[in-house]
Amino acid sequence: MPSTSSPRRAAVIGSNRIPFGKAGGAYANATNLDMLGAALSGLVARFQLQGERLGDVAGGAVLKHSRDFNMTREAVLGSALSPQTPAFDVQRACGTSLETVTAIANKIALGQIDSGIAAGVDSTSDAPIVVSDRLRRTLIKLSRAKTLPDRLKLVASIRPGDLAPVAPDVAEPRTGLSMGEHQALTTLKWKITREAQDEIALASHTNLAQAYEDGLFDDLITPYRGLVRDESLRSDTSAEKLAKLKPVFGKGLGEGVATMTAGNSTPLSDGAATVLLGTDEWAAERGLPVLAHVVDAEAAAVDFVRGEEGLLMGGAYAVPRLLHRNKLVLADFDFIEIHEAFASTVLTTTAAWADEKFMVSKVGLPPLGKLNPAVLNVAGSSLAAGHPFGATGARIVGTLASLLSRAKQARPDGGGVRGLISVCAAGGQAVAMILEAA
Amino acid sequence: MSDAYLELVNSGVTKTLAKKLGLPRPAHLRRTDPAAVDTPLIPGRALVIGEGPDTDAVARTLLGWDLDVHRNVPDGRIGAVVVVLTDLTRPEQASQRVLALGSVLRSLAPGGRVVTVSRAAGPHDEPAVAAVRTGVDGLLRSIAKELRAGATGNGIVLGDQISPDAPSAVGALRFLLSARSAFVDGQFVHVNTADGVAPADWTRPLQGRVAVVTGAARGIGAEIARVLHRDGAQVLGVDVPAAGESLASVMNQVGGIALQLDITGADAAARIIERARSRYGRIDIVVHNAGITRDKLLANMKPDHWDSVVAVNVHAQLRMNEAFLATDGLSPDGLRLVSLASTSGIAGNRGQTNYGFSKAAVIGMTRALAPRLAHGAGTANAVAPGFIETEMTARIPALTRQVARRLNSLQQGGQPVDVAETIAFLASPQAGGINGEVLRVCGQNLVGQ
Repeated sequence: MPSTSSPRRAAVIGSNRIPFGKAGGAYANATNLDMLGAALSGLVARFQLQGERLGDVAGGAVLKHSRDFNMTREAVLGSALSPQTPAFDVQRACGTSLETVTAIANKIALGQIDSGIAAGVDSTSDAPIVVSDRLRRTLIKLSRAKTLPDRLKLVASIRPGDLAPVAPDVAEPRTGLSMGEHQALTTLKWKITREAQDEIALASHTNLAQAYEDGLFDDLITPYRGLVRDESLRSDTSAEKLAKLKPVFGKGLGEGVATMTAGNSTPLSDGAATVLLGTDEWAAERGLPVLAHVVDAEAAAVDFVRGEEGLLMGGAYAVPRLLHRNKLVLADFDFIEIHEAFASTVLTTTAAWADEKFMVSKVGLPPLGKLNPAVLNVAGSSLAAGHPFGATGARIVGTLASLLSRAKQARPDGGGVRGLISVCAAGGQAVAMILEAA
Repeated sequence: MSDAYLELVNSGVTKTLAKKLGLPRPAHLRRTDPAAVDTPLIPGRALVIGEGPDTDAVARTLLGWDLDVHRNVPDGRIGAVVVVLTDLTRPEQASQRVLALGSVLRSLAPGGRVVTVSRAAGPHDEPAVAAVRTGVDGLLRSIAKELRAGATGNGIVLGDQISPDAPSAVGALRFLLSARSAFVDGQFVHVNTADGVAPADWTRPLQGRVAVVTGAARGIGAEIARVLHRDGAQVLGVDVPAAGESLASVMNQVGGIALQLDITGADAAARIIERARSRYGRIDIVVHNAGITRDKLLANMKPDHWDSVVAVNVHAQLRMNEAFLATDGLSPDGLRLVSLASTSGIAGNRGQTNYGFSKAAVIGMTRALAPRLAHGAGTANAVAPGFIETEMTARIPALTRQVARRLNSLQQGGQPVDVAETIAFLASPQAGGINGEVLRVCGQNLVGQ
């Protein structure tokens, strides 16, 4: 639904996240619930939400323990929010918290709620380890067995091999390929160079470090467990240092064609992010700022299983559709945030937007033209900040809303200041969103 | 931060042993129970010593608080003795009242109070008048050193024409009698004007007030936030971004707002004002608590050690105050500024030239601000803590720390809440006639006044 016909638009009031940690780093002993609780606690304190009954809280994680089935509600109960605040869990892979922002914003736009929090979290350090299916079935039977002989028989049936844990991985269930190997295929197809990828990675670190220096994150981040800045950030990295790294993905694709390194691929991370949304009136009643409004969002998915399309190319479809519906072009955006799953994801997605043949034949829309690199990920993105899967969307919405508000203040009569978000996700999916400065 | 020695001399076999050996035996101080504020106000009966209308006024005030007030020595435990000396004109007139006080000191309850009410000596007084008025200084400070079991002695000094019924005289009396002044000992509170108003509810004097507290994430700052909140204020807590986790936790306890910023930043005051205005439309109280130490002997002092301490401890305050004072309509009922000074700024401290300089500078700043703020019905005061049990003092080597703790009349370190209580009092409506004061919270430390 185009924004202009919407009865009201959800306001992004502010956000809070914890600094993102490296897998096995500062948050090695923190659970998803711990981190989500910490991010929520900082948000509550920043916006004085203690005792408030909010309309709803949506949160989610990708790697989730079964005990955390009601994770977001548990986080709310552990917070200073009113215990009467409801909450629900959502999961759309790396697009999880862009989806929670969409869900809460839609409820607000429809008049169902006046306020809400969208959140996401992930821990690769505290990932669930699953036991083998055979052991699991035996254990379930054991819990139901009534007599001692029955129990002993079941215990005796357990074989040493059953005890090996099954660790989670980031491979696609239908192809068996890891995300990096999938992207390596797409990188090759779009002839993305190593230099172009390293340039994206360097810009991510430089821009994120600069944003910290500028105090952008003073109102966006609350430190946690001694971590004050994102653990993956290397403010001292350089093109030379990045150029020295050996490729890690695409090594089987042929001699000399592998370009994806640990430097231009996102590290595994831990972290949580939250966004406070509401109506303009709800914010005004509490003397809270409105940074931006949620204009519209779009999800897309591609058929990567049969090789029709690259796994992480969903953004090449979601964004053109979203812009077309809102009668906007790339040049209408002051900020464009493309999640850096890999540096090459950003490059293949933007290359596709500019490619007439691809756009017409595959998306069925005219090409979007060339992206102005000056508006891309200006405060850094996942390569430098890290990428706790479920938290990335909320991180980007929080950062972008602040950037939009700052830009609007710098030119109050300059008309609309817009931002675009594209986040690719496992399963060939992507979520895109438009924000406009308030 | 616990004081193991204090626990030892107050329990079991070690208590008996300490008694026999004549070791110093610091007492558990009477402190405010947040669930029953000011109840009881004093731990026993109240005795008022003195004659004339000022004494009658003080007795009426105490009766107004439902205390068991006596004008002659009563039987049983005495919770507080108020000695009114305002009418004395010659030193030889003091004897009767002082000796009357002496006769009841053995009946003073643990955590009891002695409060003198006297008049300020001025350069135009008759020599005999000035003598008796100034004599109270030495009298009270000596009495305070003789009191035991957590009892304290403090004085209220009234300016010319100020009645004991003036809001700040009444406010100071209540503060000094109550558990709120647990670690204030051997001090005088000067009431200069009849400004200020008695609160509608003495247990929540800051109801409806908006307070900014810098350095609110931990230690004394966190306790200031809690006490201001307990007394009814809305709190906006400020601390550096790196302290954000504990700041959020403290603000969530007190239902306040966490604002992460560095007070030395050029836009610090603007951001504080913006946040307070959009949320509450005003700022009534600013507590300049944020402070750092970079202890070095002067011979080893690096430019950064000196400059960073001066920047945080005094320069940032000066700059922020300018912005607060220049913002029209920010404090409709007058701005109450309370700054953290230190006994190091009064008596000096080895290894703390930078800190001592900055804290003495805060005292100078406070005194200069007082008349300027008085124009807008505001006040500027400072609190000078002595040895307080915080994370900072816990880092002092063990033996030095043990000695430092005992160097005051109460023979122990104060708690952060003691500093916070005094700040809350100076920020309260009833303290409007107290301006430009530096009130020590030091258990009557042996150094300085």
